Amino acid sequence: MTLMAEVGQKAFDLGVPLAVHLDITYRCNERCVHCYLDHDDHGEMDTAEVKSVLDQLAEAGVFFLTLSGGEVFLRRDFFEIVEHARRLLFNVKIKTNAVMIGEAEAQRLRALNVDTVQISLYSHRAEVHDAITKLPHSFERTVTAIEFLRDQGLRVTIANVLMTANLADQYGVQKLAAELGVHYTVDPTITPMMDGDMSVLALRIPGEELAEVFRNPALVPNQDEFCAPPPPPSEEDLEGYSCSAGHSFCYISPYGDVFPCVQFPLPTGNIRQQDFLDIWNHSPQMNEVRSIQARDLTTCSSCSHVATCTRCPGLAYMEGNMRGPSTADCEKSFYRTGVPTANMLRQGLARPQTAGTRSTPLIQIQPAAALA
Amino acid sequence: MPEMYIARSSAIAARMLAGEMMVMNSADSTFFTLNEVATAIWKAADGRTPLSQIVRDHICKMFDVEYPQAHADAERFVADLAGHGILLVSDRPFTVEQPQ
Repeated sequence: MTLMAEVGQKAFDLGVPLAVHLDITYRCNERCVHCYLDHDDHGEMDTAEVKSVLDQLAEAGVFFLTLSGGEVFLRRDFFEIVEHARRLLFNVKIKTNAVMIGEAEAQRLRALNVDTVQISLYSHRAEVHDAITKLPHSFERTVTAIEFLRDQGLRVTIANVLMTANLADQYGVQKLAAELGVHYTVDPTITPMMDGDMSVLALRIPGEELAEVFRNPALVPNQDEFCAPPPPPSEEDLEGYSCSAGHSFCYISPYGDVFPCVQFPLPTGNIRQQDFLDIWNHSPQMNEVRSIQARDLTTCSSCSHVATCTRCPGLAYMEGNMRGPSTADCEKSFYRTGVPTANMLRQGLARPQTAGTRSTPLIQIQPAAALA
Repeated sequence: MPEMYIARSSAIAARMLAGEMMVMNSADSTFFTLNEVATAIWKAADGRTPLSQIVRDHICKMFDVEYPQAHADAERFVADLAGHGILLVSDRPFTVEQPQ
């Protein structure tokens, strides 16, 4: 086990929120076809409130801080927030589309010793990328910003969300990342929109195509192990937990709402009304999430994939039951290994069924006025 | 022997976890956890207090160790972290304000 993994396990066991994802705005200058957010401002936290959140997170033991949105550079106080975060000695990662990053912004991020800048790029072809972002010339601006950041010596990762519109371009983006000298990551997960609208799920790449993604040696170097049939689950596996959501990780919205994860829309409290640690330690919802072991899962506890599946409890929650299966992850397990999941067998399916249609809002907005 | 002054690099991220200090250098993502003694030295590295005084006032008192041994250990620790860019070392006090 690496030192980082040991520290992660220690935080998990102690219930320390080692990592937090903080969206500081939902406003955005792009209108990506797959985005789950509503881009209006329903009363986002002001500078003083965000700084207070950061103070509380540092006090709570948070080490890894991801600042994201929306587009973070739409906040005029963005650098003031990053400066405050760095003064508090967070390891800061920024997620952005980078279209507002020029040479001066890149220099400032370098001077602030930001750890990583993750940038969304959907294609190596401008026409495909711009069609997804719906912002003309966004490809050109994003790639130019990547070069500025790279030239400053910053660690840059291109994040490519795979969907039907850009599936054919995954190798092209990977090649472009290599040419630019930056890292590359890919995610085939499309989540329902924050208002519960599931129509965006039509953009998910078909399951059969997932198999090809899993067999891309550049993405999955240990394919034999990764795609092997799951070993029989042990007693220890059944005592395990799905992920770090609510254990050592959580998500905070621009309105101060605290959730177990970015894609787990279970409200646990609002930081405008309660201290962060009060929510983290005492929220009944947070405690319920962290109580669920693999043996408690309906259907999945008897699934041969239970020990190796990437089952997302947030996506399961959006399908109606946080202890139930997440159809998207059933698909991934099946197309990764070829072995049917218990959820599929229960439904008598030879192939996974697409995600359910229950409409649970991904992020539940509480306008500031309602909290007063 | 000239005095040694130590200061925390502004490039680092740091946080206490269960009594140990986690430190990461953003320049190369090297990650460390410091034991209790190393954490005490790191916390006292304000750029103005000589290492000899840090050892006398913090290490010898807190951990009940003799000065010569404690100072030798501290010098090794400082050299190690300086090599990774986590601590800055000078024979004169630093003038820049230290991160919290």
